[in-house]
Amino acid sequence: MSATAVHSLWTTAGEVTSAAPGDRFTAPTIEYAQLAPVLIVVGVAVLGVLVEAFVPRRARYTTQVFLTVVALAASFAAVIGLAADGYATKSAHIAAMGAIAVDGPALFLQGTILLVSMVSVFTFAERRLEPAPHGDGVSPAGTKSRAWGRVDSFAAQAGSVPGSDSEKAAVKAGFTTTEVFPLLLFSVAGMLVFPAANDLLTLFIALEVFSLPLYLLCAVARRKRLMSQEAAVKYFLLGSFSSAFLLFGIALLYGYAGTVSYAGIAGVVDGDIQDIDPALADTMGNDALLLIGGAMILMGLFFKVGAVPFHMWTPDVYQGAPTPVTGFMAAATKVAAFGALLRLLYVVLPGLTWDLRPVMWGVAIVTMVGGAVVAITQTDIKRLLAYSSIAHAGFILAGVIAASPDGISSVLFYLGVYSFVTVGAFAVVTLVRDAGGEATHLSKWAGLGRRSPLTAAVFAVFLLSFAGIPLTSGFSGKFAVFKAAADGGAAPLVVVGVISSAIAAFFYIRVIVLMFFSEPKADGPTVAVPSPLTMTTIAVGVAVTLVLGLAPQYFLDLASQAGGFVR
Amino acid sequence: MSFPLLTATAALPAVGAIVTAAVPAGRRTAAKWTALLFSLGTLVLAGLVFARFEPGGDRYQLTESHPWIADFGVRYDLGVDGIGVALLGLTALLIPFVLLAGWHDADPLETHSSRWRPTQGFFALILMVEAMVILSFEATDVFLFYILFEAMLIPMYFLIGGFGDRAHAGSEENAAAQRSYAAVKFLLYNLAGGLIMLAAVIGLYVVAGSFSLSEIAEARANGSLEMAGSTEKWLFLGFFFAFAVKAPLWPLHTWLPNAMGEATTPVAVLITAVVDKVGTFAMLRYCLQLFPEASKWATPVILVLALVSIIYGALLAVGQRDIKRLIAYASISHFGFIVLGIFAMTSQGQSGATLYMVNHGISTAALMLVAGFLITRRGSRLIADYGGVQKVAPVLAGTFLIGGLATLSLPGLAPFVSEFLVLVGAFSAYPVVGIVATVGIVLAALYVLVLYQRTMTGPVRESVRAMPDLRVRELAVALPLIALLIFLGVFPKPVTDVVNPAVQHTMQDVQKKDPQPEVEAAK
Repeated sequence: MSATAVHSLWTTAGEVTSAAPGDRFTAPTIEYAQLAPVLIVVGVAVLGVLVEAFVPRRARYTTQVFLTVVALAASFAAVIGLAADGYATKSAHIAAMGAIAVDGPALFLQGTILLVSMVSVFTFAERRLEPAPHGDGVSPAGTKSRAWGRVDSFAAQAGSVPGSDSEKAAVKAGFTTTEVFPLLLFSVAGMLVFPAANDLLTLFIALEVFSLPLYLLCAVARRKRLMSQEAAVKYFLLGSFSSAFLLFGIALLYGYAGTVSYAGIAGVVDGDIQDIDPALADTMGNDALLLIGGAMILMGLFFKVGAVPFHMWTPDVYQGAPTPVTGFMAAATKVAAFGALLRLLYVVLPGLTWDLRPVMWGVAIVTMVGGAVVAITQTDIKRLLAYSSIAHAGFILAGVIAASPDGISSVLFYLGVYSFVTVGAFAVVTLVRDAGGEATHLSKWAGLGRRSPLTAAVFAVFLLSFAGIPLTSGFSGKFAVFKAAADGGAAPLVVVGVISSAIAAFFYIRVIVLMFFSEPKADGPTVAVPSPLTMTTIAVGVAVTLVLGLAPQYFLDLASQAGGFVR
Repeated sequence: MSFPLLTATAALPAVGAIVTAAVPAGRRTAAKWTALLFSLGTLVLAGLVFARFEPGGDRYQLTESHPWIADFGVRYDLGVDGIGVALLGLTALLIPFVLLAGWHDADPLETHSSRWRPTQGFFALILMVEAMVILSFEATDVFLFYILFEAMLIPMYFLIGGFGDRAHAGSEENAAAQRSYAAVKFLLYNLAGGLIMLAAVIGLYVVAGSFSLSEIAEARANGSLEMAGSTEKWLFLGFFFAFAVKAPLWPLHTWLPNAMGEATTPVAVLITAVVDKVGTFAMLRYCLQLFPEASKWATPVILVLALVSIIYGALLAVGQRDIKRLIAYASISHFGFIVLGIFAMTSQGQSGATLYMVNHGISTAALMLVAGFLITRRGSRLIADYGGVQKVAPVLAGTFLIGGLATLSLPGLAPFVSEFLVLVGAFSAYPVVGIVATVGIVLAALYVLVLYQRTMTGPVRESVRAMPDLRVRELAVALPLIALLIFLGVFPKPVTDVVNPAVQHTMQDVQKKDPQPEVEAAK
């Protein structure tokens, strides 16, 4: 599909008068097979909503978990099928009338998002961790059954006011919020589209589709509900704010290029204006619009990846959200948002590489250093991981800046590595509990290594990977992005990167010290024994961490084969 | 394909570590014997390496080469030169003694829960360190070396922080706090050094397009790889910083006294006699070979730092009240000598430095391990708590004395040969430096003899009256080490034969010739 054809999709308003009456509307051609990954997830999400309405409460949990897992697996199979058909390499192209790109990076990121979501779903579905008081094992009908005694990390009834009688009644009745599964699927659907979006409006819609369910998911923690709701409100307000920036940026870019398609804008940036829309004759090609619009869109994306100075929401939201949601959000959102950022920079704005370079450098540097330095003072494990995720966003940005095929593949690889470590680490956080639910304060983790050596050892592996110690996946990823950055002429960024890594190592090590070298406290938390679900999540995390640390070659190949954007 | 001997030498202790860690909680003794057997097996393999190595042959021998991470240009390349063989042998030799000396150091206390298995962990971690150190001596790929250089910090960290010295003055809580402080300091210093090196490793790849040591060295030698002067200097500094932290060179040494003081004595020996050698070894192999011009450029500064280390370490050793910290500062002084020998850029100096690494390993092990036996008996590290031990435990005192005399480089014991070579090498190139360094020997005599006098001679203190003499296990540690010290003192040829050709290669890399004596030519 040529750039002009895409262009015309969004500019039909101006052409209506001149066209013959019969040509006013051509039916869009949609390549359903190539959009299958997204369509499957959306379809099952809709089905999940129907399940909530029609399936009896008793059977909902099982049905939803089953549907969600099947949907993600089917979608992943579709991604693999597309990749096997060569859509990742030679037959990469743009589908759905220019809205969606089906190419290597898109498929790689979609595959990553789906796998990460899959292991996240296991933590969503975990029902062995919450102790008895939240469900007495007796169903409303009076029969004792295992299904009623087990609850997950989500509020009994999200709509009930915290502390109210209706909440107590909901808890007593053993309700669970099974809506989280369709919400998760909607969010995943948005994330699948986000890095594949090939025009700015699709980008915006995908952003909203994956953000809105996340806002809701953040609000439905079973414990500390007020904190959870506060986190959701913060996330929502700041998220809307950034969406507004993004939308305004889109409007400015439309004014600049007369189109919202990536290829069209890129063409105009390169000085290749096909046909000037009379309505936009005054603004088209105005560089001020391009620079301001581009900057605003970047702001919106920086917010999603959690780059300094757009990171303020991260610690509060990570802390307040139910931990399974935090893990999912921290991993999958980052993958999707960095994917979109890459596509935007490499497809739409390559002509701006030099103009944007100082800004990107600045953001990368403050993100790396800021995240690492502030993390040192944290006393809550979830906040600590939040700041650590900020520092990691900085490292990834260093790879984004490389502006080379190596840069793309290193970022793809890093995202894959980072997301599995993150999901695994947050899954471990859900296990460490005391009477008040999860014991996230760092002081409570003292001596964990003495009480539960295995749990502590697993968490230590994740921390070492975050710290980028050789023989873990974190090192492979870090090496890949730093090498790409150095190759791309960003040697100072690499130096800042290694210095922030050294700072960051301090607080990861501090947690390890706490776990292994401190005496356990008498009233310390216990480590709950999870069901095979969470165990799977953690095991996958550890396996990926070690395999990608020792033998990353296959996945590096995969990432570099996937390293070409279609335009 | 021939048998991958080098891989096997590194893999055996790694397998041993896994097997040891898997021994059930109740079978502590079995775990210890497993670890010891694996370390002895490694020693046998190291002996094979030594036997199969031909001193006059190729520069790197017993080579293995396999692709590893093609995307990063990384290969699993192994090979040893004479320096590598000598240090590999030292490592394989010392580990059994370290294990034997630490036989009871990690027995669980009554208060520990039954799931906590410190003994298995302790022995497994030591074997893990051994595997990584051996592989790092064998690596001929810069990236592979870097990975091991960094990864060995983690088991070391747990060894220092997790297994404290029982002989700590003060409360258990206080001891734990100091221990974790020492472990964190160790890790952060070395990690910071390593990360700076990472930047340089990446930079090297960007400039050279390869991680293969021989490829880069060859490209540099035949001129196909031009490095801008400033680039070479920056990369050199990145590498050297990491090695100087590890070695440790003044002023980056401050982690060593903490780590050696708080760790159990076998772990302290592991740090100073084995792991730190990777730092000086890497200076010789990587700094000089990859960045010859920058090495020559930096020589004056490094020589001064080495001199400061020698004098400063020795002076602080004189002033110590804690036996283990005294030995730690003495080691800093000795590492000064090693660095001095390396950067004097003469063949005597570098042969001496390599020999010094081996001899220092053996002599420090002897002194430190016997000191450890002493400390375990009395339960204190303070010199002031001892006195007259030689009357109660003459064998202990005697072995301690020989270890001490080796440390002060008494002629007839091994360290004398190497120290003499280093000084001669330094003197022939930089006379003033040689003269100043000699002061270090005088100070060494002072701190060793004063230590011996205060602890072993004089009236028998009440607290040491019931002190038993060395047991069979302890004798099995001390006597072979002493025998080695004497043997290499009178007959260093087996080691020098292996080391000398490798040193000649390094001298060629930096294109330095030994200064010729100017006898009559001046007239």
